[in-house]
Amino acid sequence: MSYIAKPSAHHPALPKNALGLTHRDYEGTMSTLCAGCGHDSITAALIEACFEMDLPAHRIAKVSGIGCSSKAPTYFLSRSHGFNSVHGRMPSITTGANLANRDLVYIGVSGDGDTASIGLGQFCHAIRRRVNMTYIVMNNGCYGLTKGQFSATNDKTSPSKKGDANPFEAIDLCQMAIQLGAGFVARSFSGDKAQLIPLLKAAISYWGFAFLDVVSPCVTFNNHPTSTKSYDYVRAHNMAVDQLDFIEEKEEITAHYAEGTSVSVTMHDGSRLVLHKLDQQHDPRDADAAIMAIRSNAAKGRVATGLLYVNETQQDMHDILATDARALNSVPMAELCPGVKALEAINARLR
Amino acid sequence: MQAGELAARSRGRTAPTDISNPSYFHKVVDCQWACPTHTPVPEYIRLIAQGRYAAAYMLNWESNVFPGILGRVCDRPCEPACRRGRVEEKPVAICRLKRVAADYKGEIDAFMPDIPSAKNGKRIALVGAGPASLTVARDLMPLGYSCVLFEKDAKGGGLMRTNIPSFRLPATVLDEEIDRILAFGVEPRFGHEIKSLEALLQEGFDAVFIGTGAPKGKDLNVPGRTQARANVHIGIDWLTSVAFEHVHTIGRRVVIIGGGNTAMDCCRTALRLGGMDVRVTVRSPRRVMKASPWEIEDAEHEGIPIFDNHSPKEFLLDKGRLAGVRFQKMREVGVDRSGRPKLEPTGEEVVFECDDVLMAIGQENSFPWIERNIGIEFDEWHMPKVDNTTMMSTRAGVFFGGDAAWGPENIIWAVAHGHQAALSIDLMCHGKDLANERPKSSSSRFSQKMGIHEWSYKNDYAPLNRVAMPHADKAQSLRNLKVEVELGYDDKLAFKEAERCLNCDVQTVFSAPLCIECDACMDICPVDCINFIDNEDEPALREHLRVPAHNKTQDLYVSTPLKTGRIMAKDEDVCLHCGLCAERCPTGAWDMQKFMYVEAQAAQACLTHHNAYLR
Ligand SMILES: Cc1cc2nc3c(=O)[nH]c(=O)nc-3n(C[C@H](O)[C@H](O)[C@H](O)COP(=O)(O)OP(=O)(O)OC[C@H]3O[C@@H](n4cnc5c(N)ncnc54)[C@H](O)[C@@H]3O)c2cc1C
Ligand SMILES: Cc1ncc(C[n+]2csc(CCOP(=O)(O)OP(=O)(O)O)c2C)c(N)n1
Ligand code: SF4
Ligand code: SF4
Ligand code: SF4
Ligand SMILES: [Mg+2]
Repeated sequence: MSYIAKPSAHHPALPKNALGLTHRDYEGTMSTLCAGCGHDSITAALIEACFEMDLPAHRIAKVSGIGCSSKAPTYFLSRSHGFNSVHGRMPSITTGANLANRDLVYIGVSGDGDTASIGLGQFCHAIRRRVNMTYIVMNNGCYGLTKGQFSATNDKTSPSKKGDANPFEAIDLCQMAIQLGAGFVARSFSGDKAQLIPLLKAAISYWGFAFLDVVSPCVTFNNHPTSTKSYDYVRAHNMAVDQLDFIEEKEEITAHYAEGTSVSVTMHDGSRLVLHKLDQQHDPRDADAAIMAIRSNAAKGRVATGLLYVNETQQDMHDILATDARALNSVPMAELCPGVKALEAINARLR
Repeated sequence: MQAGELAARSRGRTAPTDISNPSYFHKVVDCQWACPTHTPVPEYIRLIAQGRYAAAYMLNWESNVFPGILGRVCDRPCEPACRRGRVEEKPVAICRLKRVAADYKGEIDAFMPDIPSAKNGKRIALVGAGPASLTVARDLMPLGYSCVLFEKDAKGGGLMRTNIPSFRLPATVLDEEIDRILAFGVEPRFGHEIKSLEALLQEGFDAVFIGTGAPKGKDLNVPGRTQARANVHIGIDWLTSVAFEHVHTIGRRVVIIGGGNTAMDCCRTALRLGGMDVRVTVRSPRRVMKASPWEIEDAEHEGIPIFDNHSPKEFLLDKGRLAGVRFQKMREVGVDRSGRPKLEPTGEEVVFECDDVLMAIGQENSFPWIERNIGIEFDEWHMPKVDNTTMMSTRAGVFFGGDAAWGPENIIWAVAHGHQAALSIDLMCHGKDLANERPKSSSSRFSQKMGIHEWSYKNDYAPLNRVAMPHADKAQSLRNLKVEVELGYDDKLAFKEAERCLNCDVQTVFSAPLCIECDACMDICPVDCINFIDNEDEPALREHLRVPAHNKTQDLYVSTPLKTGRIMAKDEDVCLHCGLCAERCPTGAWDMQKFMYVEAQAAQACLTHHNAYLR
């Protein structure tokens, strides 16, 4: 960490968004993570995505668990709501918050330890319930905060910095997410903002459960020459299956996209995803094909990145449960808490 | 393959920056680059912040010879160049900090260069005792030269003494810095006007330096000029008469014609000599007035109105005495090719009644005492042909500098010319080629890293407004010509202002082989100047940076290709030199290195404080 704070001074010609804000207005406090940590780079991508989407910070809620990754929400959107929960419990906190107030944008930030070990059950059920949120795993293959022990996503072929072998196979969170019914599943790399920012924007505007697994090197414990989650390794084995253009509703579509080589998906809010297929076999609307793409690339030692799977018409938890269309804080008190008589009537019905 | 790599394939390429060329980092130090004598500004500002005023003074004295004088009245080309002025509204008060060093330096005699008692046998004639000649003497005396200084006035200083009013520059300050040079053993011949260069040359000097300035004030020939002559004065001559106390009063109503710094000094002096209704009139619109903004501000602060677009048409007389000036009002009709406004009369005329007129419409050179058949060529504007590196005229051994070389400039340029002329004279006296064997500048660069997040300079940027200069009580200073208006900063104000300096000499130095492209530096940089980007030709690259680099006077720092094939491109424009990039870099690919640049001079003895910073 640095001793001095990032100064408030900014470039005089910094662009402003529709809200009259610069990207500096979306920052948080100064990061205390190790210099060069991939998590900081994902933080910067999130800042850029929210800025470009003109999101008002006070309509966003950041929720996280425990870990270096889960500390990251402090470093962006200091004017948003936030909840730093206990280890692995980010999904249930977000589920509860979303039930109470369906109008906020939910950004869940977790780590590979937080999600694939202690929080695995929570992760599964948040997907199963189709919570309308963006779930980001900052995936470094280790428990960074507790000094770099192997996590459940570390590849079997990837030993520790000191040379200890990893005895177990890795959990592939993207495959799991597709299987469990996540409507939007993508993988990216902290070192490739050109790919990551449009994916974040698409995930945030997606209606339903959007999952983003972002490989994010731990410079301190897992960026050594034999690691498969290092900057060099990921760069050398990164296989983008597609390239995403995220087009907001307000923007005009100017470019011409050739049939066959691109897929266009209209989102719930009217924005559009245009995917240029880099791998001709890959159709991101086909869940089986998506899993195939991940597995076949992995078999060749490659990391498949890009928008892997998208379900154009997912229903979220509120749709499924047919809950009230209003956030609870906008429901009048008399309705929200109808009183003793109403309770007695309900109890009478159950007798 | 990376999605990022698929982004627009570039056509052109920008070559990697050659940081081994000292000009690259020198240019980043905007103030030092803009200073004609390349004073190491950030270094002396740090010394002031540490309270080391004598050391700060000596660095200045070595570079610019007259820190006490310049700390008050320098034209300060460094300030409009200052990076702080692009980050915030106002630049660092560089000039005023210089004065702090002079005001608080204490005893410095021990730091003066030794003057050899055994002379080297070379005799140099210096004509005119302005800042240009005095600089030549300062630079040559420590080398054993004998310098004879001819000056028509009774005292040295040139226009600094005769024209810059004492409420801006007290005589004590002037005397101290001039006497210091004379004390090196210069042989002054005050009250000695040179009437023939040919005769002077026959005295057998090894070199002659001409620093006679641009002594002729321009006149304006409009109807009534001759009849009104008793009360129409040439500004610079009038200021000289005031300085030598030949003139003590002026009429109640005074009109100044002209909008440069001379006009500002004339109007403020007139106010102090009894003028009650003093007006400045300018032919052109206010925005193109030649006077420095701070001089205009000071005049207006003293209640002097400025009438722009007023073109003098006629001096009006009453019983043979000046009674007023008739002006034609002008209006702007577009601009000419050089961007100057084109003016045309509106037809409207106004009369300003007055008792005296001060004409401040410019100065000219005049060399009636230089024979035209002694090998010194003049151009079509009657100016000597002078080489702009060596300062030598077309006659070997005769040099020009200051306002005498290319017309009116300012003190700091006169000093810069003096340094170059002294270098040339020394080379010539050693039989060396003035251009090819000219010594080059020296520079060095070394890391400021002290510990993990510790640097040997204060890198924490704080938004602070420029510290206002305390002024003497107006009621008092307007009554007395000799009361200095600006009081100077005290140590506390000086410290506050010194803290505004960004330390632009502490350079961001990038090492491409160490970079793992983690983006940490790019993300932390508060002013978005670092980019990892596909290489393109420079115009395209400038356009595609995170914040387009539209200030073309500022360079891009471009690396060799990185592992992904991209390059690092940094726009130097508004870098705060905060060092956060270096703090956040996990591999040490960025380092903060202090860059010292030392302009060559004739005498190393006059550079000891500078040289101490070289490694
Ligand atoms: C009113 C006014 C205000 C100014 N204010 C500023 C200011 O605030 N800041 C700034 O930087 N600059 C200012 N300047 C400009 C600055 O004073 C000059 O640019 C500078 O002094 C030039 O220095 P110099 O050495 O070339 O010659 P000068 O200072 O002009 O000195 C020339 C000397 O040569 C002598 N001389 C001339 N001919 C002969 C001869 N034949 N024989 C012997 N002696 C001779 C003259 O008497 C004079 O002393 C101002 C100028 C004026 C007119
Ligand atoms: C209930 C509980 N068990 C264990 C811990 C100790 N602990 C803190 S962080 C962490 C692992 C975090 O790993 P990950 O989510 O991958 O985050 P990273 O630091 O790698 O970003 C563990 C096990 C804890 N804080 N709480
Ligand atoms: S320990 Fe690893 S994950 Fe944690 S901040 Fe440092 S580099 Fe990032
Ligand atoms: S020193 Fe580094 S971080 Fe600071 S402004 Fe300059 S480039 Fe940016
Ligand atoms: S912080 Fe260092 S390693 Fe990372 S991108 Fe910047 S220069 Fe390269
Ligand atoms: Mg982890």
